[in-house]
Parts: sequence; C-alpha cells; structure tokens
Amino acid sequence: MPEIRKIDLVIIGGGPAGLAAAVAAWDDGCHSLLVLERDVRLGGILQQCIHNGFGLHVFHEELTGPEYADRYIRQVQERGIPFQCDTMVLDISPQRLVTAVSPAHGLVQIQAGAIILAMGCRERPRGALAIPGTNCAGIMTTGTAQRLVNLESLVPGRRIVILGSGDIGLIMARRMTCIGAKVLACVELMPFSSGLTRNVVQCLHDYDIPLLLSHTVIAIEGRERLTGVTIAEVDLATRKPIPGTEEQIACDTLLLSVGLIPENELSLSAGVSLSEVTQGPLVDQNLLTDVPGVFACGNVLHVHDLVDEVSEESARAGLAALAWIRDPAGPAGSSLEPIRVRDGKGVRGIVPQQISRPVQPPKLHLTFRPDAVYKQATIRVEVDGETVLRQKRLIMTPGEMAVVDLPTGRFDPASAREITVHVEVSA
Amino acid sequence: MFDVTIIGGGVIGAAIARELARYRLSVVLLERKSDVAEGTTKANSAIIHAGYDAKPGSQKARTNVAGNALFEGWCAELDVPFRRNTSLVVAFSDDDLPGLEDLVARGRENGVPGLSLIDEAELRRREPNIGPKARGALLAETGGICCPYELTISLATHALLNGAEIRLNTPVTAVRRENGVFVCQTPQGPVASRALVNAAGVYADTINNQLSEDTFTITARRGEYLMLDKRFGPAFQATIFQMPTPMGKGVLITPTVEDTVILGPTAEDIEDKDDVRTTAGGLDQVLRVAALSWPQIPTRHFITAFAGLRAHCDRNDFILGEAADVPGLFNAAGIESPGLTAAPAIAVELAGQVADRLSAGKKDSFKPPYATRKPFRLMNQAERETAVAADPAYGRIICRCESVPEAEILEAIRRPLGATTLDGVKRRARAGMGRCQGGFCAPRVLELLSRELGVPQTELTKFGGASRILCGTLGEMPEPQPRAGQERTGETHA
Ligand SMILES: Cc1cc2nc3c(=O)[nH]c(=O)nc-3n(C[C@H](O)[C@H](O)[C@H](O)COP(=O)(O)OP(=O)(O)OC[C@H]3O[C@@H](n4cnc5c(N)ncnc54)[C@H](O)[C@@H]3O)c2cc1C
Ligand SMILES: Cc1cc2nc3c(=O)[nH]c(=O)nc-3n(C[C@H](O)[C@H](O)[C@H](O)COP(=O)(O)OP(=O)(O)OC[C@H]3O[C@@H](n4cnc5c(N)ncnc54)[C@H](O)[C@@H]3O)c2cc1C
Repeated sequence: MPEIRKIDLVIIGGGPAGLAAAVAAWDDGCHSLLVLERDVRLGGILQQCIHNGFGLHVFHEELTGPEYADRYIRQVQERGIPFQCDTMVLDISPQRLVTAVSPAHGLVQIQAGAIILAMGCRERPRGALAIPGTNCAGIMTTGTAQRLVNLESLVPGRRIVILGSGDIGLIMARRMTCIGAKVLACVELMPFSSGLTRNVVQCLHDYDIPLLLSHTVIAIEGRERLTGVTIAEVDLATRKPIPGTEEQIACDTLLLSVGLIPENELSLSAGVSLSEVTQGPLVDQNLLTDVPGVFACGNVLHVHDLVDEVSEESARAGLAALAWIRDPAGPAGSSLEPIRVRDGKGVRGIVPQQISRPVQPPKLHLTFRPDAVYKQATIRVEVDGETVLRQKRLIMTPGEMAVVDLPTGRFDPASAREITVHVEVSA
Repeated sequence: MFDVTIIGGGVIGAAIARELARYRLSVVLLERKSDVAEGTTKANSAIIHAGYDAKPGSQKARTNVAGNALFEGWCAELDVPFRRNTSLVVAFSDDDLPGLEDLVARGRENGVPGLSLIDEAELRRREPNIGPKARGALLAETGGICCPYELTISLATHALLNGAEIRLNTPVTAVRRENGVFVCQTPQGPVASRALVNAAGVYADTINNQLSEDTFTITARRGEYLMLDKRFGPAFQATIFQMPTPMGKGVLITPTVEDTVILGPTAEDIEDKDDVRTTAGGLDQVLRVAALSWPQIPTRHFITAFAGLRAHCDRNDFILGEAADVPGLFNAAGIESPGLTAAPAIAVELAGQVADRLSAGKKDSFKPPYATRKPFRLMNQAERETAVAADPAYGRIICRCESVPEAEILEAIRRPLGATTLDGVKRRARAGMGRCQGGFCAPRVLELLSRELGVPQTELTKFGGASRILCGTLGEMPEPQPRAGQERTGETHA
C-alpha cells in the first residue's frame, strides 16, 4: 500500500452539496481539502436536470441544473480547490480513513481530519414496492430515464405511464412529452402529489397529462417488453386497491418515481447511525453525525426539494467541519447531554435530531415534512412541554420541506432537554 | 451430424453437456433463450437439499443424496459460490414435533448423513431471529446454498472449452427420428445427431411426446419469491423451512451465497408454461406465511420479486434415462425440486449412459474450467491494489451497489460464452443485482455492451427477443404535438 495521505477535510461527493461545502470551508481558511467524485465530472444529479427552476433563492435567477452546478464548479476552479473525479470512495473507517479507487490513481487511502458526507441519494427501484407482474424490459426509474434522454439522447419509451408524482416524475412527464412520447398518466398512491405545486401545474396541467391521485399500479404485463399496466384506485385509509376499480392501460414503458433514498452505505461503514425516518444520518445543529469529525449535508442527509437549500445547508456543514478541525474538543460545555429534537404530531423526519451544547447559533434551523396536507396550519414548537413558538402556514404538504428557525432566546438553553415540533390545524 | 444434441441450457442440460464433453463425442446444446440458465434455473430457492424430503426409493431421493455429495466438489472445481449453511425444518407447535422424527427416519432411509433433532433452546441459540412459536427443529448438516445461474454458466463454458457447441437463441420447433438419426428443427435449420438428450425443463413433455409412445405430461407449477437487501443477509445462518402441516407446505427463508435473503416460494399450477409473473396474492401469501418464521420481516427493504416454474410431472418423479421405445433418446424430464441439487448426479449418470449407447470412451485430455478472477467486491485491500495497478479499468466502479468495476463488465462480455444482454452481464458480473437494481449502472453497462459488441444501444435487450431496453434515439422521435405549456425550446430536441 502506498503511503497514506493526510488531508484536513475530505468531501465525499462533488454534487451541489459537496461543492458548496468545499467553497465555504476554503473561504474560511481550510486549504488542505479534497473533493472526491465518482462521476467523470462535478455537479452531481444536476448535470441531468436540464430543466429550469434552480437557483431562485441563492442566485435570484432561474437557472437550469447544469447552469446552477456550473456556478459552483467555477467557484471551485477559481479558488483552485483540489478535486478528483472518476474516483469512487469504497470505504470510510470510524477513524476517518478514506479508501478510494480511480483509474488514474489506483487504490488510495487518505487519513482525513474531518469528513463531509455529500453522496446524494438514489431512487427506490420497482422491487422495493413489490409490484406484481413480469420482470420485462420497459420499467425503469425516472432518474435513469432522465439520464438516458438528457445526457445520451436515448429514448426509453414512447407510450408511458409514470408511477409517483414526486418532482422527478413530474419533470419527466413533461420532458417525455416534449421529446414526442405520449405520457398517458401520472399515477399517485397518495391523495396529493408529493411534488412541488409549481411542478404539478407546469409539468402536468399545462400538457393535459392526467394525474390520478389515490391510484396505484397493481400489475405489470408483458413477456419481453412491457405491453401494459393495470391501475386501480386505492382506499384512502388502507391504501389497498379497491376491487372493481381496475383499469388497463396499454403502454410500452413504466417510469417509477417512488421515492429517493439517501445513499448511506459509506456512512454505515464509518459507523454513523441513521434515522429510520429520513434514512439519513442523525445529526446535530452543526450537521455533525454521531461519529466524531464526520459531517453530512445535502440529499445524503435528507432528501431536499430545492437545490438552493442543499447549497445553504452544505455551506454550514463546510464551516462546521472546519471549526471541528480547528478545535475537535469544542467550546466549554460541549460534553454535556444534548437537547433532543423530536417529531411531534403531524411531523416527520425533523433534522437535526439533536442540539449539542453550548446551544449555538442564536437561531436553530429545523426542517421537516408534514405527514399529510394541512391547510391553515400552525407549526408549534414545544420545549420540555412548554410552547415557545407558533407559526402559521396557509398550506403545508409532504411535497415541500418545512423550515422553522427557532430563536434560542425563546427558552433556557442550559436546562432544556427536549424540543418537539407539531403541526396543528388552526382553530 | 453431431453425436449428441442436448435440448435445453438449464442446469441439467449444461451439466450433461459438461459431462459429455469428457467423452470422444461431438456435442451440441440448443437453447431457445438468449443465454443459458434463463429458464427455471435462474428462479428457484437455490438450496442444495440434504435429501430427507423425497420419497424413499424414488429417483428424486437417490439423485438428491448423490448430487448433494458431489456438489461442493463441483462448485470448488468451477470456482462458483457454495456454502454448506445447513438446513433447519422448524416445528411451530408441539403437535408438529413428532413430524420431525418422521423426517429424520425418512432421511436415514434415503441415506442422508448428519441429521439430528434440536430443541427450542438450541434452535434459538443458532437462529435468534426465529419466530416466537418455534418449538424445535430438524437440523440437516449437509444442507447448502449455491448460485444456480453462475454454476450453469460455468458448466456450459467448461463444456464449450472442451469442444461442445452452445447454440443460443435456437428453439427446437419440432423433432423427429429418421433412420436412427434425430433431427431437431430450428429457425436456423435442422440439427442432426445420433443421440438426443431432452433437458427442456417445463417443455420436456413436448419433446418426448413427439418421439416416444411412452408419453407424460408436465405441468408448470409456479413459485413466487421476494428478495431482501443484503443488509439482512445475516438474519439467518441456516435455511429455514417450516414443518409442513395440514394447513400447507409453508415457505422458506434462506440467505443466498450473495448475502441477500430469499422468501418463498408459493405453489400454483398454471396453464401457460412461460408465465413467470408474480401476483399480488402470491407475494402476500409469501409474506404472511414467512412471518411465522420471521415476524419482523423488514418489508421496506425488498429489492426484487420473481417467480420460477417447477416442471411437475404426472409421474411424480424424475424421468431419467433412455426411453424404452426410442433408442438414443435420453430424458432428464420432470426435474422439479430437488433438481438443482441432483444435477451433478443426473449429469454423470446420463452422460455415462449416452457414452455407452454410442460406445464412446473418454478423451485423453480434458481442459480445466475457465479461470475466473476473484470479484473486486470480495478482494482485500492488497488484492484490489494489485488489480487496479495492473488494469486501470478495475479503478472505475460501474455498479455502485455491488462494487463492480468496468474491468469485470468487460470480462463478462469478452469471456467465452460472454454476455450479450443486460441480464447476461448481471448474471456474470452482478452489475444491477444490488439494491438499486441497475438504476445507476444500466446506462453505463449498455454503453459498454454496445461498444464491445458493435451493436447500437437501441438494439440491446434485457434478455433477448423483443426485450429491448430503449425505443430509439431522440432524432428518431416524431414531432411533439403543440401544447399549452412550454419547456425551454432548443433543449427539446438534441
Ligand atoms: C431528477 C431531479 C430533479 C430535480 N429538480 C429540481 C428542481 O427543479 N429544482 C431544484 O431546486 N432542485 C431540484 N432537484 C434537487 C437537487 O438537484 C438535489 O437536491 C441536489 O442535486 C442534491 O445535491 P447533493 O449534492 O446532495 O446530491 P447529488 O447531486 O446527488 O450529488 C452527490 C454526488 O456524490 C457522488 N457520490 C456518491 N457516492 C459517492 C462515492 N462513494 N464516491 C464518490 N462520489 C460519490 C455522486 O456521484 C454525486 O455526484 C432535483 C433532483 C433530482 C434528482
Ligand atoms: C420455485 C422453485 C424452487 C426450487 N427450489 C429448488 C431448490 O431449492 N433446490 C433444488 O435442488 N431445486 C430446486 N428447484 C428445482 C430446480 O430449479 C430445477 O430442478 C432445475 O433448475 C431444473 O433445471 P433444468 O435444466 O431441468 O430446467 P430449466 O432451467 O428450465 O432448463 C430448461 C431449458 O430448456 C430450454 N428449452 C425448453 N424448450 C426448448 C426448446 N424447444 N428448444 C430449445 N430450448 C428449450 C428452456 O429455455 C430452458 O432454458 C426449484 C424449482 C422451482 C420452480
């Protein structure tokens, strides 16, 4: 084995999360830094998202995915931040020893001072849903289809049914229509779309693509290539198909947009504990996992709707990792029992899951998803049973991540033990 | 004219081909699908049964026990995975305990070594995840697991290296015997031979009944399965069977040699011998019944579901050997479970019979199996380093779930009997077998297949025939109809 390199900060993944973290850490003075990316270019999933709608928050203009990625890639290049593409990280040890492989450099090991996990997420495959039927050709995830169409000019199908109305499903419904394919329906199990409202309007309504809510695909037909699917309405309470509502749709392709799973194989190898709900690492307000010196941000932490939020979150991770490198012991009091943050009524997947002491910064950035659609809702934050904050929202849906900034002045950080966030329908 | 034609490239046909290749005989294997192991052999429980199950005195019992004894050696020689993980037949009520003793007795009669009864405490010590109703079990120490398609590909390749011809995409549409010569009709023309081995799986009755008066009927009996992510591989060490009860045969749970977990199968007779669909009812039943063995099945972590067809024969046993009324016709028919286990025994026996019939002796030299390299995912650090240093294509990981480098995909395509389809690559290199089921690597594998085979990506298939992955290129698409909405023009067409 060649000599083990030592690098202060190793960032795994060169998507928007990894790049924003790298730029923030660099600008704050961390110049022993390396971004490792398995693809041949930086930019992550954005490279295949050629639609617009990115960057409204960060750059105050509408960019396409590659344009948005390019802004960060240029920042990385201008600063001369070291990165290595075509490099797959294979393993991270709990002691932060990173093993990676690439055609250019072979197998290398790097001892990292701190690590930022920024590996993004992957799509749930058909098997995860156990949709009955044949295992024929013509079934793929929407992200795979997006890559084929946008990066390789290949057409996955001509008569298409899309299962799942998450953002990628919606965007691909429009994209497939625009390349001349016929999208017959977008089928959604829940009584609401899990995508952003603007995408439902711009990608389905504008193209007369039917959105079948409370429906699912119950069978897949076709020996060799897909010939059709059977859909059915589902019971609102049990989500089981209602007999008698079956309908056959003849099609050659089924695209699946049935959920994204944070890609945490490496996190597990490092010994990081994951949340059952977000399927991402458990972190504190500094995005530090339960393994010392290992941070997480972007889609590997929890699936985001907007890349702008990914960039903001990841910049915080970059700064926090650098602070940790400079002072791993942390300020006085950091060994005290942290404050736990819990999902309350109507709340799923709150991040961070704990607040380390001393409680900084002055505002705690909490994100979560409501478990259903709520109109005239109130977000209520409780600290040890006492309500410390209420915020009204006209509408909340699981498709849009909710954010509350909790000022630490609202409670006594020294004595607080548990923060719980609820979503309630306003009286 | 060949000496021997084998119809069917499942584990049985491939094993017979390999054994026949030891003799001074010209051998051709005809397989209708685009690859070997595309029939029942790719979709079963992959258990190397101990042999306590089959009726004493039956062909099943005899070849099961003999096949089990040969299996480990065969897998070692071919360098394919095998694990003697033991089998447990679990009784889930005190009433079922006596049944276990009957199984032990039957097993002893069949000549199965290493059978014993274990009590509840010992069972729980071995298998902490077993359900609360478990009361005790039969332990079969010779039970094992293997990888049926890898075994079959290796066997067919070994046969190929020793002179046998393997013709894929070659369905036998009719067969007759004329002046002592067998003629198989195929779309590519007739194939003539002195002897014929019928290893056509669920279609073996069709082949036999065209030639022999002694007809039989094979019914396809479908079994459905669910497969769990490899994270749950350690949930059980042994293969867990449920003691059959008047309520049903139960379903099994087993680790695979690739560390995933299989749950199933169901049993349903079906009309259509190609219908390998899974059904809502079937998958529900698997889950419901398996919960007795494992109450906490992690249902969020299934990676795939599949079904296989048992070739159930109306004679309730394997039909092995030369047909009484057709000299030179050798049947290996009705090979339902434990056919995989029995394959080595069946192959040695049938090849011997065929060679005797044709008075053929063994060749002087027999080439060793195709040398495979240890997969990257199983290499240690030093081995990986050496591999990447020697070939940079080991440094580019194509399948992230199973850590399959480009070098192994290329090898899967370039090797003898190389992959020509996406599933072919999957079965040889594991790319696309993991938890994302090819979502990430499929486009990359298509690129490599296209480059290596010199075939446009749009022509490539999942498993041959009409199973095309793609429907064309952007340039070939019709103009979209005008719509109210607008995607940024300019990017619409590439
Ligand atoms: C199809 C789709 C459509 C979207 N549409 C919009 C939209 O319209 N507007 C919007 O604002 N947002 C949108 N988003 C969301 C936004 O693009 C994502 O939130 C963002 O890309 C997440 O950034 P990330 O860096 O966390 O993950 P990614 O972009 O996925 O980057 C992760 C990177 O890590 C690399 N990596 C992973 N594992 C390893 C390893 N072991 N070794 C080395 N490298 C590794 C990957 O190759 C990848 O480049 C969309 C997302 C998708 C998937
Ligand atoms: C649900 C299930 C579970 C099982 N579990 C186990 C187990 O745990 N352990 C065990 O030992 N066994 C098990 N078995 C049995 C085992 O899988 C089979 O016995 C074995 O795979 C049979 O192999 P084969 O070669 O006879 O059949 P196949 O693999 O079906 O091969 C027959 C081949 O012939 C080809 N063919 C058919 N007709 C023609 C034609 N006209 N021209 C050209 N080619 C043709 C087909 O395409 C096919 O590839 C199980 C079976 C099933 C279905």
